[in-house]
Amino acid sequence: MTKVTRRNVLKGGTALVGGMAGILATGRPPAFAQGTTVHWLRWTDFVPASDQLLRNEIAKEGEKALGIKLNIETINANDIQARVTSAIQSGSGPDVVCVLNNWGQLYGESVIDVSDIAEELGKGQGGFYETSRAVANDGKKWIAVPWCIVGLQIAYRKSWFAEIGYTDGKFPQTWEEYREAGKKLKAKGRPIGQTLGHTFGDAPAFTYPYLWSWGGKEVEADGKTVVLNSPATVESVKFMVAFWKDAHDEGGLAWDDSNNNRAFLSGTCSATLNGASIYIEALRKPDTYKTEAGGQLKDDILHAALPKGPGGQFSYHVPFSNLLMGYSKNQDAAKKFLGWIHSKDVYDKWFVSQKGFSVGPTTDWEKHKLWGDDPIMLPYKQAARTGRFAGYQGPSTRKAAEVVTKYIIIDMYAKAVQGMPAEDAVKWAETELKKVYV
Amino acid sequence: MAISAVSATTLREAPPPRRQRLLEDERWLAFVLLVPTIVLLGMFIAYPFIRGILLSVTSSRVGMPGDFVGLANFYKIFNDGIFRTSVYNTFVYTGVTTVFKLALGLWLAMLLNRNFRGKAFTRAFILLPFIIPTVLSTFAWKWMFDPTFSVLNWLLYHFGLITGRINWLGDPDLAMISIIVVNIWRGVPFFAISLLAGLQTISPELNEAAAIDGAKPWQRFWHITWPLLLPVTMVVVLFSVIQTFADFQIVYVMTGGGPANATHLFATYAYQIAIGTGLLSEGAAIALAMFPVLFLVVIIQLLYIRRVEVR
Repeated sequence: MTKVTRRNVLKGGTALVGGMAGILATGRPPAFAQGTTVHWLRWTDFVPASDQLLRNEIAKEGEKALGIKLNIETINANDIQARVTSAIQSGSGPDVVCVLNNWGQLYGESVIDVSDIAEELGKGQGGFYETSRAVANDGKKWIAVPWCIVGLQIAYRKSWFAEIGYTDGKFPQTWEEYREAGKKLKAKGRPIGQTLGHTFGDAPAFTYPYLWSWGGKEVEADGKTVVLNSPATVESVKFMVAFWKDAHDEGGLAWDDSNNNRAFLSGTCSATLNGASIYIEALRKPDTYKTEAGGQLKDDILHAALPKGPGGQFSYHVPFSNLLMGYSKNQDAAKKFLGWIHSKDVYDKWFVSQKGFSVGPTTDWEKHKLWGDDPIMLPYKQAARTGRFAGYQGPSTRKAAEVVTKYIIIDMYAKAVQGMPAEDAVKWAETELKKVYV
Repeated sequence: MAISAVSATTLREAPPPRRQRLLEDERWLAFVLLVPTIVLLGMFIAYPFIRGILLSVTSSRVGMPGDFVGLANFYKIFNDGIFRTSVYNTFVYTGVTTVFKLALGLWLAMLLNRNFRGKAFTRAFILLPFIIPTVLSTFAWKWMFDPTFSVLNWLLYHFGLITGRINWLGDPDLAMISIIVVNIWRGVPFFAISLLAGLQTISPELNEAAAIDGAKPWQRFWHITWPLLLPVTMVVVLFSVIQTFADFQIVYVMTGGGPANATHLFATYAYQIAIGTGLLSEGAAIALAMFPVLFLVVIIQLLYIRRVEVR
């Protein structure tokens, strides 16, 4: 054991003072403090392999290529907003935050303009999808760098739909057909599973395009005039009430984004709008997830787009984008990192690990050879092309993001399903929208 | 000798240093002893509270300080249907759970106050719901009430009591009942143990004397135990009402305020508006709206306790 003597203490103190003097004289920090760390906050990916890849491989490569240490933190997607809010208010936290939907619009004043990175990315990789632009650009500049889009399609049981007449992998094309099919399936104890709960992905991705497909919309193109209370919206709500009762698992009112995965994988629902995570999980554990006949569940899953309504056929896919936070002390390093990770070679590794769960933020990624690997995943390839986004017919502004985060459109349907007359539910939602779009 | 005697006397009579003198004054000493508490209360209670008030009268959003808007946020929330639902829910939630927690807690305390084998073990065991971190136990409850995989439904179904599924968290009323059940489950041990401590201060001789005089058990409870236990009961109820009124964890984990905002309480709605939607000032106004109610509850109960004590 080292003995603490006055002489030792003095020696140590002199060395410390001398060292500090040296640092101050040269104006350079000591070597161990030079390596910059970029703290990246993300959701816990529904494809765990991608998180492992980021941590184990990409972080190391980044350190080698850029001299930047990457600190990746993953949390539940529904908790990201709490972290962003506290980070902005306290002025410290992650340097880069990967947000979902159009949340970035809520934090436009607290982030760095990343137009240089985004413009280069768009130009170099075939141009952004409209959804990417809608959520990451505030009309003047890029407030985030679009990262990816999680495509949403209906995952359904091939054999169960075949039993009710949809043979050869066919799927209902209109809401009427889907309701009829669901009615037959629910009678057999195999309802459609859908969330109408307060959750980030499946709930808005189902209700918004459903509303549009009936001809309903939040606001006019001016992004101000609220026009939700229209005959089309009321019709959509009335249909939903019957559709829910006839064809859905009524527990869906309390589901989050993972409940439908569990329900589908355990064979308690026949179809659900979802990212490809159900199929990818069934592929990952083919012997765990079985059909009632003992076959592998992965062979009984197909994907289809949401059906058509009187107003057309639409979809809403969940975009992810990276915010470079204004309080960050490592802005240059973080910019360098964002540019680097979007370079084709690096992003390609992550993209492949997603197995099609995410499409890229730009159209070039549709050409990737990955799409030739598995025909079941093909419906996701161009899914992002048909996507509209929250705030339609106006731009997806901060106001639109408020509507999403207050779950107003989702609650309009949920309230009606719970027994509120359709007209009242629409009126309620319109009043709420008007409070936002003042 | 003489010199040293003189110097000793001089030393003894020299006035103590100023700091020491100040501490010898009881008022100063009391102040010094109170300083750490005042600093802690100031930092962690007064400062956030004042910040909350200041925030609620601005138009502050995430990342934007905003301007002074007076009581506009309060006006806005009082015209908000979801806020009114949250107020109603909070009162129902607090009222119902407090009654049940008190009744069950008192009953449990009376049972635990008897002598039986394994008494110490049982008393420790009873505390479990209170000891387990709330979020953890609430997740377990969430699974039990799961819309698809509820073990409660499974049990009821296999006992032949139901034929279909009960939509515990998807139905607004059942969702309220579910969160109330969890709160009661979690709160009963606190009541039981606190009331048990109160029961143990009541001299058994009083009960014995009453029994000899022919008082029946119910009479003994009503005329001896209950009045003597009342001050403790009031304090326990006071604490519980404050905690339940401002509850967040159980609702956030179980329902997130859903379905369709049917189970929001003050705290969860304030969280959704401030953190989810980024409207910090409005969220602060919602949270602050709790304050007058709680303040009134505290005043009434403290006055009552004082009256009981004086009597």
